[in-house]
Amino acid sequence: MRALLSGLLLLPVLSSLAAEWRLSEVCPAGFRPEQGRCYLQSLYGEYASLQDSGVGGLKTGLPPLREGFTPQQIDLGRLMFFDPLLSGDGTLACSSCHQPSKGFADGRGLSVGINGQLAHRSAPSLWNVGFLKRLFWDARASSLEEQMEGPLYSPIEMGNSREHLLKSLNESAAYPALFKQAFGDSAISLDRIYTAITAFESSLVSLNSRYDLYANGVHEVLNKDEIEGMNVFRSFVARCAECHTPPTFTNQQIAILGTPEPDGHAFDSGVQAVTGDASQRGGFKVPTLRNIEFSAPYMHSGRFETLREAVAFYTGGRGHAVPEGEKLNLHWHIWEPNLTDREIDVLVAFLKTLSDESFMPPLPSAVPSGLRPVVDVKPN
Amino acid sequence: MKNPIRLGLLCLGLLCSMPSLWAADIPVKDGESIQDAVNKASPGDVVLIYPGTYKESVYIDKDNITLRGVVEEGKWPVLEGEGKRNDAILYSGNDFTVEWLTITHYKGNAIMGQSGNNFTIRYNKVIDTGVYGIFPQFGKNGLIEYNVLSGIEDAAIYVGMCDNVDVRHNEVFDNVAGIEIENTRHALVENNYAHDNTAGLLVFITPGLPIKTTFDVILRNNFVVNNNTPNFGAPGSIVSKVPQGIGIVVMAADDVIVEGNIVSGNKTAGIVITDLAFITDISSDPESEPNPDRLVFLDNLMFDNGADPVAEVKALMLTQFSRTGPDILATPGSAQEQDNCIINRERYTSFGVKKWSECERKNTSDVLSYRIPGGAPSEPVTATNRTKLLYQGICAGCHAYNMRMIGPPTLAVQALYRNDAQGIADYIAEPHKVRPDYPAMPSQGHLSPELRKDVAEYMLKVTK
Repeated sequence: MRALLSGLLLLPVLSSLAAEWRLSEVCPAGFRPEQGRCYLQSLYGEYASLQDSGVGGLKTGLPPLREGFTPQQIDLGRLMFFDPLLSGDGTLACSSCHQPSKGFADGRGLSVGINGQLAHRSAPSLWNVGFLKRLFWDARASSLEEQMEGPLYSPIEMGNSREHLLKSLNESAAYPALFKQAFGDSAISLDRIYTAITAFESSLVSLNSRYDLYANGVHEVLNKDEIEGMNVFRSFVARCAECHTPPTFTNQQIAILGTPEPDGHAFDSGVQAVTGDASQRGGFKVPTLRNIEFSAPYMHSGRFETLREAVAFYTGGRGHAVPEGEKLNLHWHIWEPNLTDREIDVLVAFLKTLSDESFMPPLPSAVPSGLRPVVDVKPN
Repeated sequence: MKNPIRLGLLCLGLLCSMPSLWAADIPVKDGESIQDAVNKASPGDVVLIYPGTYKESVYIDKDNITLRGVVEEGKWPVLEGEGKRNDAILYSGNDFTVEWLTITHYKGNAIMGQSGNNFTIRYNKVIDTGVYGIFPQFGKNGLIEYNVLSGIEDAAIYVGMCDNVDVRHNEVFDNVAGIEIENTRHALVENNYAHDNTAGLLVFITPGLPIKTTFDVILRNNFVVNNNTPNFGAPGSIVSKVPQGIGIVVMAADDVIVEGNIVSGNKTAGIVITDLAFITDISSDPESEPNPDRLVFLDNLMFDNGADPVAEVKALMLTQFSRTGPDILATPGSAQEQDNCIINRERYTSFGVKKWSECERKNTSDVLSYRIPGGAPSEPVTATNRTKLLYQGICAGCHAYNMRMIGPPTLAVQALYRNDAQGIADYIAEPHKVRPDYPAMPSQGHLSPELRKDVAEYMLKVTK
């Protein structure tokens, strides 16, 4: 009798679970709809950039963004992003290493994957990832779809397999209907999974910081120290803007800096390991500095805990951290800027003006698998 | 008179529509601050800088500003860096002009641009300062003329990742590099006097930059003389790899025309054409095309080059049984291929040009300037533009006129507030949840009350 009662009680819950999921019909913040697809609306929309390079100065146009997804695709991607169903053992989601409260990074030098294993590099922030031509610190992926196969199937990250991923999604109660809302029919393919997650990731846009207001003529929003910091940043002595070029604060090139590894760690050969080109030994992709305040620690291995330490590295002398016996083709802009303490301080003040999370997506309180969504992971 | 009032209004209207009439001259005297004047200036204004010593750096982040020095009986306004300031002048706005200034003793650059179209940099003296003297980057349509630059540890004039620039009538001496055209297209370099540098004129591709081509460059009617200064570039810099004694270097750049130059007294070679293999110890960039293609070498006056070449060139020349460097040196590889051309090759001492074809083009007299008639696009930000820009860039990302986006439709906001712009301005500083079926609005409290009111008024008037 009790079993029957509890069964009856469960029924409406179960049926409402299936009916509960309705993907958003409006574009996320910052995106306007055009014929059912979402396109970025930003302060930079009217600006050009030289040779369409998407780099330059203050009032320069952006590089191309992955956009044109439907609101439903973006929303489905959002739900999957936070859903630990996507890992081999159902414990990790994308958001385990890309946590909203930590700038969509994870506050760690080396991320922690499945069964507590350590990853090899620091999880980068996903803010503005839709503008990037190449993904991973060593630039080995040339699209977001290609990139996500890395952590999904890595045995030390999410530990999943293509077969198991498809199986879990297909067998879930809610996902087939959601794929139908997003793609027209309920077939769940790897391509569709990647498309939806790409759609969500590329909606994480941060372009309304106080720096952006200054850049667009509203000079009063930065204080004197911050303006001084901006001027050191773009000076030809500190030369930060030569690689961290506005508006995205990366020129998207590979640079060899000779930053130190964490103690006890082997030298990370960076791009050389991907291309086999010895001249690119120790080369890494120049990351964006937007929302940098939220995504400590810094560099490919998270070697620098604070912004101040990361900035101070550049004035420590060309090659000062290159290990004994290593010969690296250090970037020509790494030189002897001899920055004063004050210059380092104001640089840090300026970097904090690049913060803007006004388009933070809604964080789900439930995900379609019924598992607990991974939101705000507590520090280990 | 039919209607004097109407006529008067018409004239007033015409006057008001001419922005230059409202442009101001803002004088700066010795002891005053140029930056203060720039901060006060509006697009179209001219900052007049009188003779004196100005110990500051000046940043120009607005459009259509002119910095003009006033020279009185040989006395100049001097920007003095005292060896401790970074750059003298840094601009990012369009339509920028800087002229008649003396700039000295800065650590970084004298005049640097970071984007900014339609720039004019002329009649300046740049002495013993910095890494580059004049360094526009990411600019379209520029003029660099009648400047004198010396004592610079990299390039005196360095055009970086620009389009459509004329570099003419400048004197550059005692620098490592005289004039450099890097990752730039449509540059005319003419009538410059480049002497006593490590190398006089350089046209090349630097790998690892976000804009990767150099093509369509004319080097014409320059005096490139006695460039034999030992290289004093900073260790690790690319320029530190340039051997002394070269008049002109063309590295990996395409469609370069060399015409009418007087190239003499350069002890390694008159002109060197080479590919990217020339620079060692640099991370390769697979997207940079390394070969110098389609060089056009027309009539130039070359003599007395190669008297004492550096070791590598001496070694090359020994294979031709010569102990001196050549007028023209094409290094082994693509620089020697027949897509390059020359006329009257028998006049010159040369290495590696045997396969070069005969040029069809005989001169560049059809080219008067590489700048763009009418200028490159640049719309200054005025107050109304600024409000519209903010609305389009920030508000319209969540509010559409007559449909629901992440925020309620603008129509609904208009209906709710009617004419109460102040009400909107106050709300957006500290938004609270009004409608349960919408997400929370991010605060716009970092905008000033005036700006919030402007944007609110704009929003109330939106009609589509």
